[in-house]
Amino acid sequence: MGGWLLQAFNGLSLGSILLMISLGLAFSFGLMKVINMAHGEFIMLGAYVTYVFQNNFATMLGGLDLGLWFLISIPVAFIVTGLLGILLEISLIRFLYGRPLDTLLATWGVGLVLQQATRSIFGAPNVQVVSPAWLSGGFMILDITLPYKRLFIIAVVLVAIAVIYIHLNYTASGRRLRAVMQNREMASCLGVASRQVDATTFGLGAGLAGVAGCVLTLIGPIGPSIGTHYIVDAFMVVVLGGTGGLVGTVLAAFLIGIANTSLEFATTATLAKVLVFGLIIAFLQWRPSGLVVQTAR
Amino acid sequence: MLKQTAMRQFISEWGPVILLGLLFLCAPLFLSDFRLSLLGKFLTFAIVAIGLDLIWGYGGMLSLGQGLFFGLGAYAIAMHMKLEAGGGGLPDFMVWSGLQELPLFWQPFHSPFFAVAMVMILPATVAAMLGFLVFRSRIQGVYFSIITQALTLLVSVLLVGQQEYTGGTNGITNLSTIFGYSLMAQETQVAIYFVTVMMLALVYLFCYHLTRSRFGRLLVAMRDDEARVRFLGYDPVIIKTVTFAISAAIAGIGGALFVPQVGIISPSSLGVVFSIEMVVWVAVGGRGTLIGAIIGALLVNAGRSAFSEQFPNVWQYFLGAMFIGVVVLFPQGIVGSLRLGVDKLCLINQTPKLEGSVSQPSI
Repeated sequence: MGGWLLQAFNGLSLGSILLMISLGLAFSFGLMKVINMAHGEFIMLGAYVTYVFQNNFATMLGGLDLGLWFLISIPVAFIVTGLLGILLEISLIRFLYGRPLDTLLATWGVGLVLQQATRSIFGAPNVQVVSPAWLSGGFMILDITLPYKRLFIIAVVLVAIAVIYIHLNYTASGRRLRAVMQNREMASCLGVASRQVDATTFGLGAGLAGVAGCVLTLIGPIGPSIGTHYIVDAFMVVVLGGTGGLVGTVLAAFLIGIANTSLEFATTATLAKVLVFGLIIAFLQWRPSGLVVQTAR
Repeated sequence: MLKQTAMRQFISEWGPVILLGLLFLCAPLFLSDFRLSLLGKFLTFAIVAIGLDLIWGYGGMLSLGQGLFFGLGAYAIAMHMKLEAGGGGLPDFMVWSGLQELPLFWQPFHSPFFAVAMVMILPATVAAMLGFLVFRSRIQGVYFSIITQALTLLVSVLLVGQQEYTGGTNGITNLSTIFGYSLMAQETQVAIYFVTVMMLALVYLFCYHLTRSRFGRLLVAMRDDEARVRFLGYDPVIIKTVTFAISAAIAGIGGALFVPQVGIISPSSLGVVFSIEMVVWVAVGGRGTLIGAIIGALLVNAGRSAFSEQFPNVWQYFLGAMFIGVVVLFPQGIVGSLRLGVDKLCLINQTPKLEGSVSQPSI
């Protein structure tokens, strides 16, 4: 019983991490058809924002252990990377709409520049963010321990999804976003500033990457090239999920997470990755455009 | 007048090729050993770049798996060389990981002919299988790029993970001979260099004729309007799969020639980063020109070694700027821009042609 529970929890945990790193892509790729290869670097920037915030404000906000600084660093990471995302959209991405392969190459270039800039400023070695004291240890249930850090990540993902859902469905700017993505011409005719919506949507995606980076500091050290570790997985989630919005991405992330951990349990870590990839390809034979497809025009 | 045009066309098409060929053939005369081996390495990259230009420039499919196919070719030949170096014994990394006997799939690599055949067959088979599945379900454009990139990551993870069969992170090391010739000997290295130049020429000629054949025209037609080609009765799945397999085999050749020049192959030299970096070689040279792929591969790699000797930090910025630059400012690349310039000059001198007759890759 405990073993199965642990498996399920590990699957959920991996799924939530996958979802965290691919939520932002669901916006830039799923909604805007922009292949943002610099997404991994925005994750990295979010992690470094947390690191800088820790170094400068932790003592002011009650010390490292209290962890108030960490909770505040999440929105800070969102805002900083989001603004950088808007800057990128205004200066580069907007010239490349409708040329997905070109956005792939250009944003990869942006990613290289961001990586090197980080390396120049903070140095090539990994840096460590100290997790708040109340996140160490775990929650005992039956005979297994569920680490608080993992539970916290799941909680952050749930909150993020809830906020995005509310934003998309119940706020004016969210409705504008959906209108532009579904039918740009019509939205423009009705007075929506579609250029502005593009920039904020891309910024939203980048900001979510920043939150992911902030949360990822809990599970390991961070370095300038941390983004390249996550980018491929994140894209696989979005490809499997389809471009129909959040539901597909959420489903895909948890499916991959659970499949990966249970196959890893049955075989080995590397073999599990191979099998999951094979399953995704097989699934795309059946539904080439992913789990959930947008049916709008 | 007609004769003059034909002459000019011949020169503009073959002039740079012949010039480059002569340059490569004479290089051993005036380059130091170190520079020559560097050039030899770049030429293997140029071979891979031609394959990428075939599938991307002409076929419009941006494969981010060429580094993987390069690696498969490299591992195929390295496995043979490792067995040769072991002199009948078990390769050292297998002994370290406690294997008792040679795994079954290593056995045939004792034969040099099998290994050389595998250099092309292995990558082509992997590409054909993946390509068939992907193209059959009409997965296109960026989805193809992402899937090939995922496969590349996967195989490099697999190579690292299966340490007892592949040498893990270190890869296959301490390769000392190829087909009985010592890698240390100066003559062997020069011979390998000439073989590389020859293979580059062969691959170039093959792709040159391929792209000008019926098949090549279909490939370009499919890049520009796949639906129309399908409605005309052709099967894009076959065209795409075959092209992908050919470009993979070409990458394999590059990889196989790379190994004897450096004496080692490891997962780090075939990963995701390498696969996407070669895209910029082709883009800088000029996609859809073949010769541009060679020029781009040489220039970018020469630039890298020149820069990283003096300012290692600057190179990364430069590379990043190149990725952005070739997309935003110079989508034609060097060769494409030059040809456009020459065509414009000819337009001024000669009777005006129809506008827009210069075909540009629109990807």
